[in-house]
Amino acid sequence: MPTVSMTVNGKSVSRDIEDRTLLVEFLRDHLGLTGTHVGCDTSQCGACVVHIDGKSVKSCTMLAVQAEGVTVTTIEGLATDGKLHPMQEAFREHHGLQCGFCTPGMVMSAVDLVKRHPNPSEETIRHGLEGNICRCTGYHNIVRAVQAAATNMRG
Amino acid sequence: MSDTGIGAAVRRKEDFRFLTGKGHYTDDINRPGQAYAYFLRSPHAFARIRKIDTAAAKAAPGVIAVYTGADTNAAKVGSLPCGWVVTGKSGEPHKAPAHPPLAVDTVRYVGDHVAVVIAESRAQAKDAAEKIAVDYDVLKPVISVTDAAKPGAPQVHADVPGNICYDWEIGDKAATDAAFAKATHVTKLDLVNNRLIPNAMEPRAAICEYDSGVDSYTCFVTNQNPHVLKLILCAFVLGLSESKLRVVAPDVGGGFGSKIYCYAEETVLLWASKHVGRPIKWAAERSESFLSDAHGRDHVTHAELALDKDGKFLGFRVATLANVGSYLSTFATAVPSYLYATLLAGQYTTPAIHAEVKTVFTNTAPVDAYRGAGRPEATYVLERIVEVAARETGIDRAEIRRRNFVPPDAFPYQTPVALAYDSGNYAAALDLALKHADYKGFAARKVEAEKRGRLRGIGLSCYIEACGIAPSAVVGALGAGVGLWESGQVRFNPTGSVTIHTGAHSHGQGHETTFAQLVSDTLGVPIENIEVVHGDTDKVPFGMGTYGSRSLAVGGSAIMRACDKIITKGKKIAAHLMEAAVEDVEFSKGVFKVSGTDKNVSMQQVAFTAYVPHNYPEGLEPGLDETAFYDPLNFTFPAGTHVAQAEIDPQTGVTEVVNWVAVDDFGNVINPLIVEGQVHGGIAQGIGQALLEGCVYDPESGQLLTGSFMDYCMPRADDLPSFKVDTTKTPCPHNPLGVKGCGEAGAIAAPPALINAVTDALGIMHMEMPATREKVWRAARSGPLKRAAE
Amino acid sequence: MYNFTYHRASSVSDAAKLLGQDAESKILAGGQTLLPTLKQRLAQPSHVVDIGGIGELQGIKVSADKVVIGAGTRHAAVAMSAEVARAIPALAKLAGGIGDPQVRNMGTIGGSLANNDPAADYPAAVLGLGATVHTNKRAIAADDFFKGMFETALDDQEIITSVEFPVPQKAGYMKFPNPASRYAMVGVMVAQTKAGVRVAVTGAGPSVFRWQDAEKALASKFAAAALDGLAAKADGLNSDMHGSAEYRAHLIGVMARRAVAEAG
Repeated sequence: MPTVSMTVNGKSVSRDIEDRTLLVEFLRDHLGLTGTHVGCDTSQCGACVVHIDGKSVKSCTMLAVQAEGVTVTTIEGLATDGKLHPMQEAFREHHGLQCGFCTPGMVMSAVDLVKRHPNPSEETIRHGLEGNICRCTGYHNIVRAVQAAATNMRG
Repeated sequence: MSDTGIGAAVRRKEDFRFLTGKGHYTDDINRPGQAYAYFLRSPHAFARIRKIDTAAAKAAPGVIAVYTGADTNAAKVGSLPCGWVVTGKSGEPHKAPAHPPLAVDTVRYVGDHVAVVIAESRAQAKDAAEKIAVDYDVLKPVISVTDAAKPGAPQVHADVPGNICYDWEIGDKAATDAAFAKATHVTKLDLVNNRLIPNAMEPRAAICEYDSGVDSYTCFVTNQNPHVLKLILCAFVLGLSESKLRVVAPDVGGGFGSKIYCYAEETVLLWASKHVGRPIKWAAERSESFLSDAHGRDHVTHAELALDKDGKFLGFRVATLANVGSYLSTFATAVPSYLYATLLAGQYTTPAIHAEVKTVFTNTAPVDAYRGAGRPEATYVLERIVEVAARETGIDRAEIRRRNFVPPDAFPYQTPVALAYDSGNYAAALDLALKHADYKGFAARKVEAEKRGRLRGIGLSCYIEACGIAPSAVVGALGAGVGLWESGQVRFNPTGSVTIHTGAHSHGQGHETTFAQLVSDTLGVPIENIEVVHGDTDKVPFGMGTYGSRSLAVGGSAIMRACDKIITKGKKIAAHLMEAAVEDVEFSKGVFKVSGTDKNVSMQQVAFTAYVPHNYPEGLEPGLDETAFYDPLNFTFPAGTHVAQAEIDPQTGVTEVVNWVAVDDFGNVINPLIVEGQVHGGIAQGIGQALLEGCVYDPESGQLLTGSFMDYCMPRADDLPSFKVDTTKTPCPHNPLGVKGCGEAGAIAAPPALINAVTDALGIMHMEMPATREKVWRAARSGPLKRAAE
Repeated sequence: MYNFTYHRASSVSDAAKLLGQDAESKILAGGQTLLPTLKQRLAQPSHVVDIGGIGELQGIKVSADKVVIGAGTRHAAVAMSAEVARAIPALAKLAGGIGDPQVRNMGTIGGSLANNDPAADYPAAVLGLGATVHTNKRAIAADDFFKGMFETALDDQEIITSVEFPVPQKAGYMKFPNPASRYAMVGVMVAQTKAGVRVAVTGAGPSVFRWQDAEKALASKFAAAALDGLAAKADGLNSDMHGSAEYRAHLIGVMARRAVAEAG
């Protein structure tokens, strides 16, 4: 069994795992970070999105061994000192979540989106969230939340 | 109104945990020593099982046990029951063939459960399942509801002749025939309500364990009504005492109906957990969800509407074939009958209605309630045929509806199809919706769109639904196997904080906030001192769960009744503390006062006194913890108007939804933020049904062709517009909150609104859902507007 | 997925050596197709050789007459490259429309071409722009590279190292996505190049192909109107529940005209 080491939410971690272990399985089953969810098996739904070295990726479509040496941020690592990230805060304020299952991936994708597009139009947001499926909200309030967060993140 | 009370847009209490990854969904829960299950599923739509050889699988690495239907059958694991018996025209009850959780000698749909492997890891369980050798005798399946109803069709169950589950009717056939005889115009329409796959984002999952020390079981499961599941598992399937099973539905990632039911997986896990002596976990892969979650809709309907010379509806006649799939899911039979045909009056005064429904078995996954459950199907039939009638008679689409509305002074209004509407003002919602949609300016917008090479259409849908299901005596008389009341418990803690226990279950609806608002407002307790507990049968009183937009109307009402009991008891304690007569004590905003004086004690003092009763009324029980069970007097009847506007690119067939207005009457609104969110989500699912989603089985082999998100088209952010949402208000007269329910409205209203808009844009009478790009392109190419599509 | 042995290659030659040790080995680049395939248990490689970390496969080099993209370059890097956007805007646009943002952060051009999914976007760019595919063994012209559905000219141990795109005079790409998967149902790259007009169609057939009738029409006049009345043939096109061959044939014409209009 190979050993894999990486930094997850600021902590160095190292585990022996099967080669076939997906990053999302590593996070959930080996590190107990169950905030990252699995909503499909075809890399479509985006519930599993995390940041690898600051970029959003689908952790169900990456082997844990591929992540050797990288820095991973999961939804659990987004808030600092108990204070929500502006994106989390905006989702709360604008009711951008209902059942909460797609939310971690949606928030992680949205943070990356605003990083790339600091002043996104509604169209940019809607296209930018193409890789995340939500069944509850109809996306209306998610779009509002991302717009508001972008404004707050610009300061 | 306070900023946390009734009517306030309180931000949700549950959000912090979901936003920080601290939710506890079933698959997030791990039990010490747990093993993992994987279900081997049938690759065939219909086959006899000649032989199953599990020897190689049993010998595979990490495997703890392999069970087949022979094992569960020998252990007398029962059939998964259907909880609603519908009686057909002939007076005979529906046909409910055996539904073994693991197939015994026959598999009846692709995805049917053949065996379960329990192993040390998920991967090992799946690896081993591939080593099970099943010898199938493949039979010719029957897939479509129309094929299954034909003479000579393959028989899905030997004991169900002609595949007919029931042949049922409602309404007065003679009166309806007479109405048609008088008609000056008859509009006829054939339509299909497309089969859908619910796809809550959290796939189904369960962890089951057996504690031999106390001979009892625990089942963590993705479920909308844990007490109902417990009742079914104990009393009907496994023969356990209900005191020996705890069902916990923790955070649940969406349901939309698909998590109401008792499924094979949790049943088998629960049984097997005792045999292997370990907790067993199972989580569906999405592909398994597609195959084995109960699907929705799947109706084929012929409808006829009789009108007089003024466009008044005289009679309505409907014949529907409904697919129930291969086996009866838990409430499958109620959906295409009592939840469907009773809504065919819609918002209109049509005096004579007759509907016939045949439900049919096919070699497909079971079909049951999906968001709206019967009511979207009824609304689609009615709002489509009304639209076609308007086009045929030349009466404006809004005007023809207005002429036929049940007037505001006619409530309570008895329809010809059993329901008695409680309250409503349908014209008010229509008027407001038309104003928001700038109905008058539509013609100019259509012309402007044409200049851009786009075809613009507008569509209305004036829907009604029956929610808050419902008086137990009424549903019992109609065949329901359960009561449909709800429980609510308001428990003060000694220092004045409150724990609410509800039998309803939140899987996205925000009960932890809305119910806290009710109690905060009613009892004057700060909202941050209130917690809502739901989903655990060991913690909350028996309750019926969440579906049918019932949680607030029924569950919220139960909590209000419990609050009344708290106030009644609190007055006795306060009167004692203030040395006043009980009848002189008033309660308001968290304070008990002696009328006409400034003497008062707080709710907090009263709660403390109740638990530390040193100075206490003689004969009164200590404690401040009240439970109420609320059984409603009637359904509630939310209604409203949605207006869709769409633009079509005739060269490609792409339909863009460019404007959406929803005006809904939900009665009183407790939290407008949450209500709007429910409406948005419902509309999205309705737009999905109208434009994108459709479950497709290969008609010959019965293979599911839309078996993943690669092929089943889920609405994404860039498929949808922003929505204009507003409300009108006629409070429900028969529940203490005046609320009607909002969870399903969007999914009910949206499909006909959008198909009306698409067909309006194309200048055609009808198009089946989903209105895919190719269908729209073909219609644009061959219809009256064909130039544009070249 | 089935288990396998994972190797991280340090260089292209190291990767080739690892691949040579077992015929059942697979290359893992960005993994956005391979991993979903493995998860569905549709393939069972004994060894997986990860080339994602090889430095010599990374990077974009733009000169006056060509754009060279290292095979390991992620779609997002191509989409966001200001230099690519200046030299071949249609290529940046195409890369920015592959999959979704998360797929673009992982998926690579080399991986996409080696896989040659009939509905992938990059094959249309390579064939439409007349690119050259460089491998550890040779250079392969676009017209010789794509051999059929999921088939290319690559041999078993051959690794794409870079793709060289000649800068066209004009080019445009239009994609009509499958509404569910977001793969191309039809994608058309049109380009006016020194060597003539090229029109490449992905998504519609079993593999990317050139639409020669359109090339002829555009050669006489590079304008959308030159394609009016010209219909692609439905024979041999894909036909499934998302779109018949006839519909795809029609869309080829619409997308081609729009791509020409976009090329300007």
